[in-house]
Amino acid sequence: MATDTAAPISVRPTPALNVGFVFKRACISALIAFGMFALMIGVRTEAGGTSAQLVYWTRFEELAAIVAAVFVGSIVVELLRHRFRHFEPANLVPRALEGPLATIRRLIAPALLGFTVLIPVIFYDQRYVLDLSILVLTYVMLGWGLNVVVGLAGLLDLGYVAFYAVGAYSYALLATTFDLSFWICLPLAGILAAFWGVLLGFPVLRLRGDYLAIVTLAFGEIIRLILINWQTVTGGPNGITGIPRPTFFGIPFTAADDGFAAVFGIEFSATHRIIFLFYLILALALLTNWVTIRLRRLPIGRAWEALREDEIACRSLGINTTTTKLTAFAVGAMFGGFAGAFFATRQGFISPESFSFLESAFILAIVVLGGMGSQLGVALAAVAMIGGFELFRGLEQYRMLVFGMAMVLMMVWRPRGLVGHRDPTVFLQHKTAISSSLVKEGHG
Amino acid sequence: MNGPSDAILEVTHLSMRFGGIVAVGDLSFSAERGKITALIGPNGAGKTTVFNCITGFYKPTAGMLQLTHADGKTFLLERLFDYRISKLAKVARTFQNIRLFAGMTLLENLLVAQHNMLMRASGMTFLGLIGAPAFTSAERRAIDLARYWLDRMHLLDRADEAAGNLAYGDQRRLEIARAMCSEPALLCLDEPAAGLNARESGALNELLLAIRADHGTSILLIEHDMSVVMEISDHVVVLDHGVKIADGTPEHVRNDPKVVAAYLGVADEATAVAVMEGQR
Repeated sequence: MATDTAAPISVRPTPALNVGFVFKRACISALIAFGMFALMIGVRTEAGGTSAQLVYWTRFEELAAIVAAVFVGSIVVELLRHRFRHFEPANLVPRALEGPLATIRRLIAPALLGFTVLIPVIFYDQRYVLDLSILVLTYVMLGWGLNVVVGLAGLLDLGYVAFYAVGAYSYALLATTFDLSFWICLPLAGILAAFWGVLLGFPVLRLRGDYLAIVTLAFGEIIRLILINWQTVTGGPNGITGIPRPTFFGIPFTAADDGFAAVFGIEFSATHRIIFLFYLILALALLTNWVTIRLRRLPIGRAWEALREDEIACRSLGINTTTTKLTAFAVGAMFGGFAGAFFATRQGFISPESFSFLESAFILAIVVLGGMGSQLGVALAAVAMIGGFELFRGLEQYRMLVFGMAMVLMMVWRPRGLVGHRDPTVFLQHKTAISSSLVKEGHG
Repeated sequence: MNGPSDAILEVTHLSMRFGGIVAVGDLSFSAERGKITALIGPNGAGKTTVFNCITGFYKPTAGMLQLTHADGKTFLLERLFDYRISKLAKVARTFQNIRLFAGMTLLENLLVAQHNMLMRASGMTFLGLIGAPAFTSAERRAIDLARYWLDRMHLLDRADEAAGNLAYGDQRRLEIARAMCSEPALLCLDEPAAGLNARESGALNELLLAIRADHGTSILLIEHDMSVVMEISDHVVVLDHGVKIADGTPEHVRNDPKVVAAYLGVADEATAVAVMEGQR
């Protein structure tokens, strides 16, 4: 008898579809929908033209349609859930395909890089594509920079755009006031941004989670408000104009005799400058990527990740959590500063409007969507988000709706982002990716 | 060794108050170098509070915690800022509820423990960034040390797995390995046998004795499992309600009526004596 009772444990019984349960759920959903939309859709009010009376009329047909749609939709979702109850993403791919797929996955990053390098060659005549690529690369770089703070160290930073602004204004002010060249200003902008990163880091060292997010958010706003109100230095809302355009190591991209085209004996074209900008931001982004990858394999990078996993254990192992957090803030801010300097030289004009909270949220969305800590994921997310925004440009106001829905769907299906797993930084025998369910998101 | 009274840790008049609650009241004891000292007591006796004071997670309300290295260097732990206790005074600890870096591999866990050594070798990151040979060789040594400890804990073949994937007993051993990778003078273990079965806790006994024998590490442990305490400790300190009620060899403590009273929860010593008489 014992064997009889033991056997069914391994076999998963197939439950019959519970019609009553599905019906009950659908009714509840329809009821909630009715409660929500009864006033929102069912009754329409308007201030009557001249009589200043409230005019209202009812739209019961629309209300009924919505409630019915929710009812039917709920049943459909339940049926689908029943049909695919054993569905797991891991089972989606046949075993035979796993080998080739792993190869493809390994090749994604080099292929993407190769394609990116060739973009100016392929799309030489298409100014729009080049400009869009520069924009995407700027966000890739910002995403990689923020990834150090949020993805590796697990510190939720909602004010990252402040460092972008510091970098941009540093370059703009240094270049317009002291006539310094881009290549001198670039490291200065990075250093200044890192300095502000440390300055932000100090007061928030003791904060975690929501509190940290709020203070960083406020920091971003403070920087923006200073830029608006300190008119004598920053030009206030008017911003700074006439920021020097980039030069090819001193050779300007002009049609003059000492211009780029004349010096290299080629015909003048405005595209030269765009292509130079493209390769400049590509180089800066790759520098960010290279440094981040190297830092991850150094003790400081491992300490960042350990900090994200368990701060108390870090302290018990003799890790100075203060300096570890500050370096994460500083390194992230420095890359933000570089990107800011690039932004200023590319635009030729900057104003506080470019550094609103929305930018911070956008960069953070890129990092979260890409998978915190994953370099490839962040790059893919930047391409998808900026590219998606451009793709739906024709849809005008609906693109925000599409964007929001895409985000919700992403978070339902891949809550840890496009590339959720974590790559170990060092291995003895074989490198195995660590499942996202084990990796912590940090305390904020 | 400088004779029999060579204490690595001397706790004198340690008190820790949380508001009106006295978690530890005027506790004095010492742990000898190269010995295993056990801190026992019923639940809520203040054992973990003592640990948190020693390892810097709490600042004691009063008292002195003096740690002396074999070379005579002394540290006043109550004056050191938390992470410095591990970094300078070389005190390592494990936690009652295991605190591993679950999303990192076993090897990474053990490398994080060698952070300070590797940080120095990498020239505060700058030398490491350009791949200086001094750093590469230091990292190789760190990996060798990690490999040694993984091998000791029979975890070598799982070195590249995530620590969160390990079974409970393995996680406990990994936590001890991680603490040992920081090359401590004093190893503080908070209930290392909790949740282990009889076979595992037997293996733990052997491991702790081997660590002491091979590395000369002094061990201070909190434990509920009496088979561990009585078998391997050289010295037992018994706490109850934050106060020391007995101090001595396992034999001595085992027969102390106060200890029995504390553990059995009887009202007073007289009853405890009666209980013990009854047992005989």
